[in-house]
Amino acid sequence: MFSYYLELALRSLKRSPGLTALMVLAIGFGVAASMTTWSVFRAVSGDPIPWKSAQLFVPQIDNWGPNGRSSDGEPPNAMDYADAMALMRDHRAKRQSAMYQISPSVVPAEAGKHPMNVSGHAVYGEFFPMLDVPFKYGSGWSASDDESRALVAVISSKLNQKLFGGAASVGRSVNIEGKDYRVVGVLDDWNPQPRFYDVVNSGGFSVNGDDVFLPFLTAIQADLPNDGNTNCNAVPKESGFVGLQRSECVWIAYMAELDAGAVAAYRDYLDGYARDQQRAGRFAWAPNGRLRDLRAWLDNQHVVPSDTKVSLLVALGLLLVCLVNTVGLLLAKFLRRSSEIGVRRALGAPRAAIYAQFITEAGIVGLAGGVLGLLLTGVGVASVGWVLPKDIAALARLDVSLLLLTLLVAVIATVLAGLYPTFRASRVQPAWQLKSN
Amino acid sequence: MDILPILATLRRHKVILWLLMLEIALSCAIICNGVFLIAQRLQHMDIPSGVAEHELVQIQQAPIVPPPDRYARAQEDLAMLRQIPGVRAVGMSNQVPFGGSSSNGNVMLSPTQPHPTLSAAEYFGENLVQTLGLHLIAGRTLRTDEYVDADVVIRALADGSSEGFPMPMLVSQALAVRLWPQQNPLGKLIWLAPTASFRVVGVVETLARANAYNTATAQYSMIIPLHMGADKDQSYLLRTRPEDRPRVLAAAVAALKRADPARVIMHSRSFDQIRSDYFQDDQAMAGMLVSVIVAVLLVTGLGIVGLASFWVAQRRKQIGIRRALGATRIDILHYFQTENFLIVTFGIVIGMLLAYGLSLWLMMHYELPHLPGIYFPVGALALWIIGQLAVLGPALRAAAVPPVVATRSV
Repeated sequence: MFSYYLELALRSLKRSPGLTALMVLAIGFGVAASMTTWSVFRAVSGDPIPWKSAQLFVPQIDNWGPNGRSSDGEPPNAMDYADAMALMRDHRAKRQSAMYQISPSVVPAEAGKHPMNVSGHAVYGEFFPMLDVPFKYGSGWSASDDESRALVAVISSKLNQKLFGGAASVGRSVNIEGKDYRVVGVLDDWNPQPRFYDVVNSGGFSVNGDDVFLPFLTAIQADLPNDGNTNCNAVPKESGFVGLQRSECVWIAYMAELDAGAVAAYRDYLDGYARDQQRAGRFAWAPNGRLRDLRAWLDNQHVVPSDTKVSLLVALGLLLVCLVNTVGLLLAKFLRRSSEIGVRRALGAPRAAIYAQFITEAGIVGLAGGVLGLLLTGVGVASVGWVLPKDIAALARLDVSLLLLTLLVAVIATVLAGLYPTFRASRVQPAWQLKSN
Repeated sequence: MDILPILATLRRHKVILWLLMLEIALSCAIICNGVFLIAQRLQHMDIPSGVAEHELVQIQQAPIVPPPDRYARAQEDLAMLRQIPGVRAVGMSNQVPFGGSSSNGNVMLSPTQPHPTLSAAEYFGENLVQTLGLHLIAGRTLRTDEYVDADVVIRALADGSSEGFPMPMLVSQALAVRLWPQQNPLGKLIWLAPTASFRVVGVVETLARANAYNTATAQYSMIIPLHMGADKDQSYLLRTRPEDRPRVLAAAVAALKRADPARVIMHSRSFDQIRSDYFQDDQAMAGMLVSVIVAVLLVTGLGIVGLASFWVAQRRKQIGIRRALGATRIDILHYFQTENFLIVTFGIVIGMLLAYGLSLWLMMHYELPHLPGIYFPVGALALWIIGQLAVLGPALRAAAVPPVVATRSV
């Protein structure tokens, strides 16, 4: 029976090629436009580490007091050196790492090659297992390396390619800011977007991933200055990087891994820490700390540009216009065929058969529109790079789930759009319709 | 043209009529809000920088091995850059308008103020007024003998001593008007720290901040006469004729590398490049919105073509009868055009309400300003035009129906 409906549908569509093309175009276009924007939206709002984001937390400590808070009472969005070090020393979370952005120069061993400036982070050894960072060769460093301020480094596969031609370089040495560091690990392709571990400094997104990771205390000892933002509520008493470390300026990002049961205890610990500081006379205010999980933190830091949300809305509006359009066109098409329905009903076709036939026809239009939409979405996502900044466009990828969703949205939308006209068409009284002819 | 018969006919096609009106209303809402969003982007991208944009190039470099004396190195570099043929002025700054990475200070109008009055950009560096091409509208520019090494000031601040203060400074006009409305800003004092006071000696017309996100505060800038050492946060700025920029930039980079091969050039770009980098998001967003609006108009147009064709086909016999009874082709053409105009107008009325609601909702959720009334006619006009264009084809086809159709049975 289905093949019969299929044949009927194709024949009917062939009879009015202009209208059919119009419907298919409208659907394809609407689906493509909204899906393209959606893929951009998903790329920028996507959870960078979905399997673990509920266990990763960003603590904030209010070391500035009421005068330094933003209008909504938020404490600073980074930590000063003293607090970050105290939290690392107490080591209350399952894993944790303080980090700051560095931008050291790396001097290639080969003579004649120019030194290059690479970006990276100074982190603790727990950073790598905490964030499930993938390694191509070797691994991160140990807690004792952190303590002993060992000269070890983890480099990206890109930097490994540049320095060692992609060889397994674990154990080789690399000259960073005039000092030799031993490579202990080479990362696999790892460039999470948004760069969730330090959104304050990267604005969330960054095309180039970090190329080098050094132990936090080693970097401090080597005097590698902070390359990220520094925010101060007062002028540091001493100049230079050491002055920064002794100031209340905030410049350090912090992340902790907590199991579900340990969150409340960690919150208490942060409160207790702030209260201790209050008792010691450093803070003259009640604790005003925060502990947000990763998703809440990304949202709080407005990592997803609000532009993208608005354009998603506009694109959804476009999809809606296309669907309304298709409903109208399908209605026009089906209502024109009341005589045909009259004949079929008079010859004994039940309403269900009429429904089946017309839904098949609507489904074909939807499928064709969906396939066209799919192709156009491909073109759209590929050309996003022309309109959007590189760093966001690089993330907008056409993936399988998006493709399936595109197809599904198109077919469901048209079948729904076809239901009302079908309802109208199958209500037509056969006798009346035959008589008027 | 008689409207009543058209309305009577439309009443018999309620569902299609409503769908068409709904489609037009949605399009209207999208277009009004979209055009407004685009206008906002364009307005934001139009923020004046106050500098001679087409004559400036920026070089940011970082020494790998810190020079023994950063201040001496900076002066050597500046002297060397001044020698490059075609260079009209050379300066140095810790930030440039729209450069992205910024340095800001909290401005207080008295040393004991508990909360700062506002935050403004702090430009430190040499020869900025001349190099940037700033327009001095009051007072005087900074004198060479007023410059102090940055370290000296930092040390004084750390010791809490007010020696050497108040220092002279320049402010932008926007900042002066905000701090001292209706008053002469010259000679006024501000504090950037309880011990650090500054006296306004001159006012420049415009100088945008490095991170000019907020249009209201984008022009709050101060220029303070500090010698900055040659380090990675400082930029050398060169002013030259527009056509000399690529050559001067290349020559300057080469000269800097020659003077110290162990240094890394982090940025070398023209100011035009800086501006387009800074506003690329806005440009992208505007482009995206334009394409969505064009798409909406296109789809709506196609929908009108389709439904009008359907109506024409359905009414062939009636048209034939009207023609047989004496209606001219023009009458038939006008009938369909008027019908379209009426439907689009109904749709626009609904669309305006929808646009207003949508703008209220956007305002609540995305901190967007209110949709001004000026954008409503824009949406209406666009839809009237697209409606008339779309209906023209089917209407001409209707006008071509011969009167003889009336005599045929089907």
